[in-house]
Amino acid sequence: MNKTARLKPLQPGMRKAKPYLFILPSMLFFAVFAIYPLIYIIVLSFFDRSIIGDMTFVGFENFIKLFNNPEFGPIMKNTVVYMVIVVLLTTVFSMLVALLLQRPTRLNKIVQQIAFSPYVISTVSVVFVWMWMMDADYGLFNYIIGWFGLGEVNWLTDPNVTIFSIAIVSVWKSLGYNAIIIIAALNAIPKHYYEAAKLDNSSSVKTYFRITLPMISPTVFFLVLINIIGALKNFETIKLMTAGKFDTTTLVYFVYQNAREYFDFGYASSAGVILMVFIAIITLLYFKVLAKKVYYR
Amino acid sequence: MSSIILQNIDKAYGKNAPVIENLNLEIKDKSFTVLLGPSGCGKSTILRMIAGLEAQTSGTILFDDEDMTNVPPENRDIAFVFQNYALYPTMTVRGNIEFGLKNRKIPKAEIAARVEEVCSLLDISEYLNRKPQNLSGGQRQRVALARAMVKKPDIFLMDEPLSNLDAKLRNQIRTDLIALHKRLNTTFVYVTHDQVEAMSMATDIVLLNKGKVMQMSSPAEMYKQPRNVFSAKFIGTPAMNVISSGKSNISVPQGCAYVGFRPENVMLEKKNNDDFCISCDVASTEMLGAETVIKALSGDEIIFMRAFTSACRPEGRQNFYVERANLCYFNEQEERIYE
Ligand SMILES: Nc1ncnc2c1ncn2[C@@H]1O[C@H](COP(=O)(O)OP(=O)(O)OP(=O)(O)O)[C@@H](O)[C@H]1O
Ligand SMILES: [Mg+2]
Repeated sequence: MNKTARLKPLQPGMRKAKPYLFILPSMLFFAVFAIYPLIYIIVLSFFDRSIIGDMTFVGFENFIKLFNNPEFGPIMKNTVVYMVIVVLLTTVFSMLVALLLQRPTRLNKIVQQIAFSPYVISTVSVVFVWMWMMDADYGLFNYIIGWFGLGEVNWLTDPNVTIFSIAIVSVWKSLGYNAIIIIAALNAIPKHYYEAAKLDNSSSVKTYFRITLPMISPTVFFLVLINIIGALKNFETIKLMTAGKFDTTTLVYFVYQNAREYFDFGYASSAGVILMVFIAIITLLYFKVLAKKVYYR
Repeated sequence: MSSIILQNIDKAYGKNAPVIENLNLEIKDKSFTVLLGPSGCGKSTILRMIAGLEAQTSGTILFDDEDMTNVPPENRDIAFVFQNYALYPTMTVRGNIEFGLKNRKIPKAEIAARVEEVCSLLDISEYLNRKPQNLSGGQRQRVALARAMVKKPDIFLMDEPLSNLDAKLRNQIRTDLIALHKRLNTTFVYVTHDQVEAMSMATDIVLLNKGKVMQMSSPAEMYKQPRNVFSAKFIGTPAMNVISSGKSNISVPQGCAYVGFRPENVMLEKKNNDDFCISCDVASTEMLGAETVIKALSGDEIIFMRAFTSACRPEGRQNFYVERANLCYFNEQEERIYE
């Protein structure tokens, strides 16, 4: 009795503040390492800033210059095409792989681990192996294509193909990771739904589309979001495989080029801001529309 | 028309020790058979084997005279009500109820008529367009029943369908199920660990323990004539008192090791000269409304008495008497023996 009496209820204001107090340290950390750079980029995008010379405020000039740049259209196209290919292929293939590897047999567990490994290996090693396979003269791909009497493909230099080549590597790298998350979602579906479906004479295709797919859809949509953001931000594979040549410059690569090669930080920042807005819109759309529609339970 | 016959059924999961060994069972056509037993005794396993959701390791399951071994569950003409209902969260209530019929390519008009019929019977027409997750436990339970009934199966299999409901709703649905069984006039096989549920609904009870049939009889016989100590101690609230016969003041049959008697047969006063008598210390008295349950100790044995007058409040050391006719005798192997 006495004990509880001594614990006075908190003042309403204090009660509200308490949870924030607890997360204050991590919020500070977040502020320094996430919020500050974000604001800095936005501020920079309104300035003319290079390595030498002063920072001068130029208003929207960087953005105007960007939209008037004849390369801006193709860059946006590359960005979107790359994103669509990566997201589509990753989603479809990871769902197929997940279905194949779902049953927890010993073989499947081993294959799962193998499929996951590209995610752990450094991108540089992955890219070099693929570049070797894609080599126009000595590569494995052209060798195999040769068997079918098809002509050589310049995987890494033909502007019609390059973006696909880069996308394939990215898909391959994240496929296992995506598949394992989908497998976890598949295994989380209680077995009795399948038993009930069986007793209801449902074919396995029908069961998949009426029960399985809707039930894993929250996971799949989340992966789609992650993959969209990941694809929009992808840099390493482009840098390593084509260095932005042969129609492979995406928004991120454009930011990099202007900042690191031309030292035009203000201009680079304006492109960075466009990218951020792009990602923000997609994320908002996800949370507003999809997340609500596909949620069960 | 379907009786279910299980012949020499063995069941082991993987390489584990067998769960069920040499089970023989006949479930009569149109009966309301309850598989009763403590948790883990294999009730669900038996039900799932009847449904075909689980294959028996050896033995035969017959529906009437037809061997079901190679018949897949969807062709067995059964409906299964799962313990947690297993309503598809991805479909509306109507979708759930119709799913099986649609898959069987039953004409639309007939589907509509059947859905209409079961929904009005079970009083769920209002919820047809809701998702199951937006229903209460009792409503879900009725939807699960509707999904089973709409198929018009020969055999209803139910695995503890009432265990998620509160006591009041359980009572109500119990009554509904009895009525439903009469109305549908089909075979019900119902799994529960609750002996009250079994006693109130069953026409036949199969009492199981560790994968073996301990007794199979009507509820009344199960109560009056327990075949063994397990059965005696499983049925009744409180269950039958079973004490070692060493302390008996009367002569017991040859080989008798335990004497059993129902709590309601305990008297505080001697009626006949040859009444069984045991002296014990009253430990507690519980007034439960119409009846009073008295718990007493004799040495390390606990004895319950049920009295139906609230005036009955014994205290301290007491002699408990039981008429001879109300005694059950069990041998060393805990099997029933008779005088
Ligand atoms: N899939 C399985 N794999 C291995 N063992 C299992 C499996 N299912 C059940 N068992 C075992 O079989 C035995 C009987 O299980 P069962 O589910 O039939 O019991 P039950 O009588 O239905 O119990 P409850 O009243 O708790 O539902 C238990 O010992 C259980 O551990
Ligand atoms: Mg069970």
